[in-house]
Formats: sequence, structure tokens, C-alpha cells
Amino acid sequence: MSDGHAVVVGASLAGLRGAEALRRAGFAGTLTLVGDEPHRPYDRPPLSKAALTGAVAPEATLLPNLHALEAEWRLGIAATGLDRQARRIRLADGATLPYDRLLIATGSRARSWPNPAEAGLVGIHTLRGRDDAASLRRALAAGPKRVLVIGAGFIGCEVAASCRALDLPVTLIDPGPAPLARILGQPVGEIVAALHRALGVDLRSRTKVERLEGDASGRVVRAVLGDGSSVETDLVVVALGAVRNTEWLHGSGLDAGPGGIACDEAGHVLDTEGRPDRSIAAAGDVARFPHPLYDGRPVALEHWGHAVAQGEHAGRLLAGAASGAAYAEMPAFWSSQGSITIKSVGLTQGADSMVFAQGSPKEGRFVVVYGREGRCIAAVSFDSARWLPAYAERIAARAPFPPIRGGTDEHSLAVLAPDFPEERTAP
Amino acid sequence: MKTGRLFEAVKDEANRADPYPLYARLRETPVSRQDDGTYVASTHAAIASLLHDPRISSETLPPSERPRTGNPLSDWIVNPVKNHVTNTHRPFIFRDPPDHDTLRGAVMGQFTPQRVHAMRERSHVLVSELLDKQAGATRIDLVEDLAYPLPVTVICEMLGIPREDEPQFHGWATQLASALEPDNLGNAEARAANITTFDEISTYMAGLIKEKRRHPQDDMLSGLGGKAGPGMGEYDLIATAILLLVAGHETTVNLIANSMLALVRHPDILARLACEPDLAPRLIEEMLRYDPPVHFRTRRALNAIDIAGTTIPEGADIVLLLASGNRDPAVFEDPDRFDPDRPDIRHFGFGGGLHYCAGAPLARFEAEAALVALAQRLTHPRLVDDPPPYRPGAALRGPKHLRLAIDGIAPGR
Repeated sequence: MSDGHAVVVGASLAGLRGAEALRRAGFAGTLTLVGDEPHRPYDRPPLSKAALTGAVAPEATLLPNLHALEAEWRLGIAATGLDRQARRIRLADGATLPYDRLLIATGSRARSWPNPAEAGLVGIHTLRGRDDAASLRRALAAGPKRVLVIGAGFIGCEVAASCRALDLPVTLIDPGPAPLARILGQPVGEIVAALHRALGVDLRSRTKVERLEGDASGRVVRAVLGDGSSVETDLVVVALGAVRNTEWLHGSGLDAGPGGIACDEAGHVLDTEGRPDRSIAAAGDVARFPHPLYDGRPVALEHWGHAVAQGEHAGRLLAGAASGAAYAEMPAFWSSQGSITIKSVGLTQGADSMVFAQGSPKEGRFVVVYGREGRCIAAVSFDSARWLPAYAERIAARAPFPPIRGGTDEHSLAVLAPDFPEERTAP
Repeated sequence: MKTGRLFEAVKDEANRADPYPLYARLRETPVSRQDDGTYVASTHAAIASLLHDPRISSETLPPSERPRTGNPLSDWIVNPVKNHVTNTHRPFIFRDPPDHDTLRGAVMGQFTPQRVHAMRERSHVLVSELLDKQAGATRIDLVEDLAYPLPVTVICEMLGIPREDEPQFHGWATQLASALEPDNLGNAEARAANITTFDEISTYMAGLIKEKRRHPQDDMLSGLGGKAGPGMGEYDLIATAILLLVAGHETTVNLIANSMLALVRHPDILARLACEPDLAPRLIEEMLRYDPPVHFRTRRALNAIDIAGTTIPEGADIVLLLASGNRDPAVFEDPDRFDPDRPDIRHFGFGGGLHYCAGAPLARFEAEAALVALAQRLTHPRLVDDPPPYRPGAALRGPKHLRLAIDGIAPGR
């Protein structure tokens, strides 16, 4: 079937690449892309870096079209419901859209500050979209006295580093033992901590923000911390991770919730009985799928490359052009903080051991390899990305850990414990 | 021919004009042991894997037999440059991390977008001037008239080396480039000639850097001259400068000459390039796959490596046969066809991994400027000799001369 009506809900990276893949695979029917933002698909990675320092304007991040779409765009209109029996999508403007194949790529949004009254203070920002970045950029350019970043995950760390690039005083607060420790483990988290201190970030680990206080005009003026002390601030960036956009699927009968939409190996969505709906696929942040590399453990990945690869996979699947093979793309991401580029392949989650393979923390450039039950599962580089393909190859082959001995620039292969902190609680 | 003798045949000058059938034979065994104990990786997958393997070392030069004092200052005063440089301060293509990364990082910092952009513009002017010089000719030697002088001038201007010193460093560069040929590494005579050359060019470069420190200009040597310090000693700086000069042109000469050879053999594509200059970037990527300037690089195994059903033992010399990976039918459909419309060209034309060509952007724009102008300005070019005579190198492979008969040279646009 090469015609009919395909709908892509979610007009960002995964949705765009998915739509292109549908067309490339020969789908000749009508194609509609629905996006809750008024913008054409744009690229998010610069939003926490170059767009904040002013090197790139937030609106100059439009993604290139890689294949002619001949699509109808419904932008600035969120999807609000899905009726699978009638094969219809409800839109926020009251309209309905029929589909015979549907790609769900609604992604995620920034988790907001849990206290709504405090979250409403002037000077509280989150960062997810282009408009968020533009608004945060304006606030940073106005020269705040001190920026407070709540949450030392990737976005929090990148925002803090961008503030330092602008020479703004910045405090970075996180309840964990060290920045990124939840993803990279404590030994690497300590290196990230040292990196941020060297940049001039006032880093406060193992600390929570109890409440945010405003002045009479409703503008944030300080944060009160768990130990009773406070930080005077006029600009707060809440970087507490992302929430998957699945609420609109309530009542659809699909197995969708805060953890994403459940998918089978191929990428079709599952209903609450665990049955695949072969007219619907999901891709990107919102898709939770069993990853063959990790024993079929369900994962939902918030990576740029994954949005591209899974989007394209879902597009081919819906066009009936997929090979039938399970989606098994190697997870990978990168982050730039200060002058350091961090790159990662595989998934560190569940690692029980790690080694510094090439380079050393002392030199500020190294590769860390992570193992689980004697197998290599992930590798992360700091300014040493050119070794990563070697480790990616061994992760894909489920090679024994550590996978490579006697390599160049190898100092010690002492096996360390990653020491991941407990799942962090709300700050 | 036995598999274990195939690489010997690759090095044989009799096979220089078309080594590709030998590569196809070698690919039947993705990593094959040669009779001399060398391991040759010839498939795309094996090469890609080894290029990123940390057990692969680039420190393959045999140690110098000359004594050194160990004290850089005394080496410098007593015996300018010489032994210390040849022994421990090798150019970073022959070094591993961490030293490699420090030196390469310093160099990459000098390829500023402004400098690269300005040189890109400049290369069009240089090509125009070189072709104008041939106005009225009915026969040109593409190597001598364009493929050589263009990259030499570009790298001289980038580095800040006087162009008029070219007759002096031309011989040095040719000699040093031969260090990439495996037979010269084991050959005492060739090795001695290389060391003598290195002494001479080092002394020249040391003088130039001294001059740059006194009168800094907006060029790479002035920039690097100010960078000497921890991790990059005086000798490292000299070795790096020499590397940039030599690598900056020897390879690009081949890229331009090999490209023009392929285009004259495919007149339909040459004609298309003339009226469709936007084809150039893709055409050059295909060129880097189809007939690249560097056919192989050597490495050494720091530890035993299991790959493609064989074990490369610790200490073995490894040849990464890049040009063979570029013709691997497992990756490229109809690999022996020159096709600039080929999608997704993952070639090894600039190597890969840690030592990926630092000058790739320069090579690309120089080739683009040259090929578009040649396509548009040469009237009816024909090969005088097919195949053309090749230079001796099997690793750095390219025509010694590329004589073209032409009906004229159109004026520049």
C-alpha cells in the first residue's frame, strides 16, 4: 500500500526524519505533520550552548530538509487525543485528522519547578524549545547578578558552562554527589565537578533547593537551600530533566505513560494488552522499546542520533519497507561543556565496573569503558572521541570487559566501581 | 600468485598504474599475513576497525642509531637540531597519544576559519594565474604546471614559508615523503638519506621559526612559534612544521593529478563538471574513494589483535590498504566504476581515526578550484600517455607527469 493518509504527530527531529523516510520509501499518499510549536523543525543541541552565548541565533537552527516532503503542516496546534477505532486524531483547534498510518514523535518537555506558585515567578526559566532559548538568551544578555541552575544533568551542566562563557556568576545545585554522576558514575562525576569548578561555576553538590522566593513585584530574588542557607539570584534555570509527552494518548488504549509509549522490537506501538498496533509506530524521546543490545530491556533514549535513526526506521516501517529486523541502533550522544567535548556510545545504565582505558583524568582527556557482568556495555570519551568506534564495535559484539588491553596511551586498567548514586529524589 | 606475495607485487613498480586487481585478490582474505610477516588489512570493515583500535601504534619508524646527549639545550647548542629531533621528536603522524594529541591540537588551532576561508578564495586566483601562464600551449604537463605548484604555494602561504625557497625544500620534501614507503623504512641507505635530509630541513626550519619569533606575521608558523612550551618543545615544533610543509603538498599533488587523469578518461563527466561546477564537492569525494592520493599507511600492533578470523601478533607490522577498502564491493556498489553521483561515500581517502588528515579541508578546496577551472578552460584535453608515468611510491601514489594534448586554453572567467 503506497497511498492513503499518513500523519506524523510531533514536528521535530524524529518526526521530520520519519516523514522523509516514508517518502523515500515510496509512500505516495497524503502526509500531514502536526506540531504543537509554531516553528518548522529545528535543531535542539545548540539551544543550550551556542544559542545561549549568542554565537547562533535561536531562530537560525532550522533543520535542513533531506528529502522532498510534499506535506501539509499543522503547526502551533497540539494533538489532544487519539481514537484508534475510528483512526482519527483530535487536534487542539477542534479539528480531527484521519490517518491510516501514524508516527508518534511527540518527544518530551522540560520538567517544570514542582511548586506552581514559585514556578510562576519572573526570572524562572526552563529550556527545551527554541522560544525557551530565545527568552533565556535575552535574560542572560541583560546581565543577571547571579544565575542559579537547578539540576546538574547534561542541560544543567551545559547551561552553567554557557553562563561562564558569558562571564556570568553561576551557581549549579544538584542533590547528587557530583554532576552527571547518575549517568557516568561518581568517579567521572568528580572529574566533571572539577571541570566546572575550574570554569568558575559555584558548584553545590548534595544540595537541594527547598524553595524559591520572590520580591513584591513577583520577581525571583533568592533560593533557600536544604541546609537553611540561601543563594541570592535573579535568574533561575530549572534543569530537572524531561517529561515525555504522552498525556494526549490517554484513553487511546495504548500502553503509554510517564515512561513513554511501549513499542515492540520492530517499533510498532503496543496496546495495554501488549498487542502491537501495526498502523502506528513511535520514535524519538517518546518511544520506549526493547533494545536488543541490552537483553531486550525497555529503554527510551533522549539522544539526537537516536531521534534520526529511529525516526527513519519508523518511517520505513510505516511505508512497509522495513526489513523486519529489530531496531538496534547503538545509543550515542555528545555534550560540550567549556572546552571539553564528551561523547558516549552504548548505555552505562546497570554498569557494575569501569576502567579508564586511554588517557587519564589528570590530562583531562580519556576514554572510560563500562562493563556489566563481564561484558562491555558503554564507553565515554572526554576529548578523545576518535577511539570510540573501536569500543562501539566491541559493545555491539558484547565483547568481554575490559575489551581492549595493551592499547596505546593506556595508564592503568584498574577496575573501578561506577558507584551510581541512588535514583535522585525531587530537589 | 600466492596470497603471501601479493603485497610484494603491490610495491612492484610494474603494477603502479593499476594495483586494483591485486587489491581485489587481497580482499579475499580481509587480513592476510604476507611472507615477510607483515599483515595487510584490505577490506573496508577490517580497515575501519583497525583505524580506531587503540592497540595500533603509529610509532613505526626504527630508532635512530646516532647517540644524543639527552639534554635538549646542549643538543641545540652543540649540534643544532639534529639527533634529538630525528630520535624522539618525530612528526605527529609517527606518534601516539598523548604527545600526538598535544601536537595535533596545536596545529588544528592554527587552521582558523578565517585563514582557511582566505586561502580558499586565494586558491582560485592561483589556479587562474597558473593556467594563464600556459596560454597558447597545445601541450601541458598537468603535474608540473598546476598539480605541484598550486599546493606548494598554498601551504607556503599558510605556513609563512618563502615561496622562493621551493627549489631548496623540493628535494627535501620528496626525500621525506618517501619515508611512507615501507621498503625505505627497512633500508639502511634510504633511512640514512632521510636522516640527513631531516637534519638539513630541520636547520632550515629552525632558522625560519627564529625569524618568525622576531617578526611574527599572520601565518601558521608565527602562530605555532608562540606555542612552544610544555608538551611542545622546540624540537617538536620543528618536526611539526616540517610535517605540515611536506604533507601539505605531496598528497594534494596526487589528488589533483589522479582526478584529472580520471576525468580525461571519463570525458562525459569532465564535460558535466564544466557546466555544473556544483558537482565538484561530490566528485572530489568520489575521487578520494576511486583513486586516492595515499594508498596505504603502516602501523604496528602493540598487542595481539583478533580480527577477521586471524590473530595479528604483538609487534607485527600492519598495512592498512586504504585504497582497497575504497573498492570493497561489500560497501560500494560496482566499486570499480567512477561515479560522482554515488550516495554516502564512506571512503578512506583521508585515512580515519586518530590520524585523519589534518589538511582535508585544504585538499578539498584546492582540488575543487583546480578541477573546475581545468574542466572549464582546457579545450579538448587528451592523454599523451595512457597510463602516464608514475612516481616510484606505492603508498603515496600518483603520476610523475600527466601530459595533456589540448586545443587551447580558454581565458579565465
